[in-house]
Amino acid sequence: MLDNLKILLHQGKQYIPDVTQAEVPGVFRGRPVITNASVDEQALIDLCPTGAISAKPVCIDLGKCIFCGECAFAYPDKIRFTKDHKIATNDRNKLIIEEGSDSPVELNPGLIRKEIAEYFSGSLKLRQVCAGGDNSSELELNACGNVNFDMGRFGIEFVASPRHADGIVITGPITKNMAEPLQICYDAVPDPKIIILAGTDAISGGIFTDSPALDRSFPGKYQIDLYVPGNPVHPLTFINAVLELIRRRR
Amino acid sequence: MMNYITILNNQTIPLQSIPVLKYEDLMELNTMLVKRKEFHCVNYYGYLSGNKIKLICCIANDAEKNIYVSAAEIESNSSLPSFTAHHLSFHNFERELHENFGINYKDHPWLKPLRYSFNRNSREQQIENYPFYQIHSEELHEVGVGPIHAGIIEPGHFRFICNGEQILHLEIQLGYQHRGIESLFLNKKKLLQRTILAESIAGDTVAGHTTAFVNVWESLSGFNPCDDLLFARTLALEMERIAIHTGDLSAICTDIAYQLGSSVFGRLRTPVINFMQEWCGNRLLKGLIRAGKNNFPFTPELAEKLTRLLNDYETDFAEMYNEMKTLPTVLARLEKTGIVTLEQAESIGAVGMAGRASGIARDIRSSHPSALFTRLNHEPVVKHHGDVYSRTQIRKEEILQSIYYIRQWLQAIPKENNQTPDPISIGLKKQAPNSFVISLVEGWRGEICHCAVTDDNGELLHYKIKDPSLHNWLALALSVRNNEISDFPICNKSFDLSYCGHDL
Repeated sequence: MLDNLKILLHQGKQYIPDVTQAEVPGVFRGRPVITNASVDEQALIDLCPTGAISAKPVCIDLGKCIFCGECAFAYPDKIRFTKDHKIATNDRNKLIIEEGSDSPVELNPGLIRKEIAEYFSGSLKLRQVCAGGDNSSELELNACGNVNFDMGRFGIEFVASPRHADGIVITGPITKNMAEPLQICYDAVPDPKIIILAGTDAISGGIFTDSPALDRSFPGKYQIDLYVPGNPVHPLTFINAVLELIRRRR
Repeated sequence: MMNYITILNNQTIPLQSIPVLKYEDLMELNTMLVKRKEFHCVNYYGYLSGNKIKLICCIANDAEKNIYVSAAEIESNSSLPSFTAHHLSFHNFERELHENFGINYKDHPWLKPLRYSFNRNSREQQIENYPFYQIHSEELHEVGVGPIHAGIIEPGHFRFICNGEQILHLEIQLGYQHRGIESLFLNKKKLLQRTILAESIAGDTVAGHTTAFVNVWESLSGFNPCDDLLFARTLALEMERIAIHTGDLSAICTDIAYQLGSSVFGRLRTPVINFMQEWCGNRLLKGLIRAGKNNFPFTPELAEKLTRLLNDYETDFAEMYNEMKTLPTVLARLEKTGIVTLEQAESIGAVGMAGRASGIARDIRSSHPSALFTRLNHEPVVKHHGDVYSRTQIRKEEILQSIYYIRQWLQAIPKENNQTPDPISIGLKKQAPNSFVISLVEGWRGEICHCAVTDDNGELLHYKIKDPSLHNWLALALSVRNNEISDFPICNKSFDLSYCGHDL
């Protein structure tokens, strides 16, 4: 008993007191800022492994970007990745960062269905479906519930059964072989329900976009309530995005 | 006459230097080799070469620290005797050959689809109709679990045949994670795209798989990485081992409802992966390892932080582990649960931590070392009971061993060497034509093997990935026999195998 107390004492306080204000340590590749500096735009486009960069004006689509940061190494005067981890939104167009812009990525309140705050603002139970995910975003979603991030304090939790869930969180590019189980799982969640795409693979297919082993018909069929970019998703990105989605608005 | 060629880890050889044998001779040679203890099959696969299928078999000799490579050419859809009938360790390699090329093995005991790849030979095989083994009995019942599991983990289906609470048989059906990654290695032409693919083979083994890929690429390019690259990669590999092993100890505690261990080991993982982020901007090391260069030099400031981190970690880790191992309620759940015997492990060709828990001293870091491991005498951690507790103890000892190594390496951090400010301009541009290369890396799960074949122009003709999970999933299925079904989660977690690494 005494040993247990000693162990507890030695851990100190591990939780992040305010996740909405928390900063990530060290270097991090969050929201990019693109300057108006002129560069060889074609070379920049060719550099990107996932076709996330487009020209005129130069844009980075965070729904396709896998945050390798190679563009920022090659063109440091043009592109820099900031430590701003709040990069999720419910508006697919807002994931596209334009040159000359340095404003935060936010949710579009007009697109939030009104039943979301009504039903889920105090309690949200989610069923996670991995559909070709490489286990990196899955590890980070697990971390959301650990003693460090402690997402459970907001009433947001992952549950074992879709029957107990208010929505699903999809990771991975969605393989053909998972298309049917994903649909069955979604159908088993009672209404009203939400869909969150977690990680760049889930949003666009990422590096797997052209693979014939994928079946991306599912996300095309439904309204997506939250796009959470990342490779993997950072727990702070996920938690803050979900809090923004479900909070009551005046 | 030599009917094989011996090569070293990360060595590129002309494709035509690999002797092409008659199929029967290939079978006799390789099935004879693996009967000796120091040999095991690290990769056996086929690819289309003209209108034939070229088979390449790679058998590692741990005593001589080299790899025996031999080949054969066969017709697709041919009917052949199987290697598996002589040695079970070939079973999944032959299931793959059967699935991809329609090769019919007359005496293979378990010729079922392996992963339902998109380019499989027979479209009639559908993932929803997997032919499960069945026992028709009034007394027995079946339990199906998955593909979607209760926690946040990857999908796979487990079918148990039980007598009451007791598991008689478990069959594991995979393929849900199949993303066609080996084909993408050929279709995506840019080095950066291929590096990103390597990072995505298994997102919990970023350092392991990406190191194997860059080893392949640098070897094909005739590029010798200098000390700072070797240092960063080896450090990353061992940091990854510490982080995931710690997370697994937490998960093992979760599965036996030991809350204190679950929380403390879970929180001990956090500073380790946060340090990775401080180093390279990503908690799971994505973005760090690149062929021919290092975007994130390891600075003295990082070294100082890491030293402090390891000191703090080790104290708290030791306190928690020592408490856990004295608790009868913990030991009762871990000891004699999920046993894989040495005989079983050897027969199925178990690798890595799972093999070492059953007494197989198989570790690429000592048998086929590369990078910093060529300069130290690594002794694999080996246990003999083959149970969940052995796999728990191995994690603890490997964590401490990795910390010991890292402390040594931090004494002599190589200076950043701008050997390759622009890799395009030197070396990496041109890969050797008509060549074969193999790279072996001991990831935290076990041995990772990547093989590449190039064409007349040095372009990739074929890329083959093997995650250690390919060997070890059967070990999990064997371990749960005669255990209670309630012990399945703890057995599963003690192996912590990769679904996406298997399904590719």
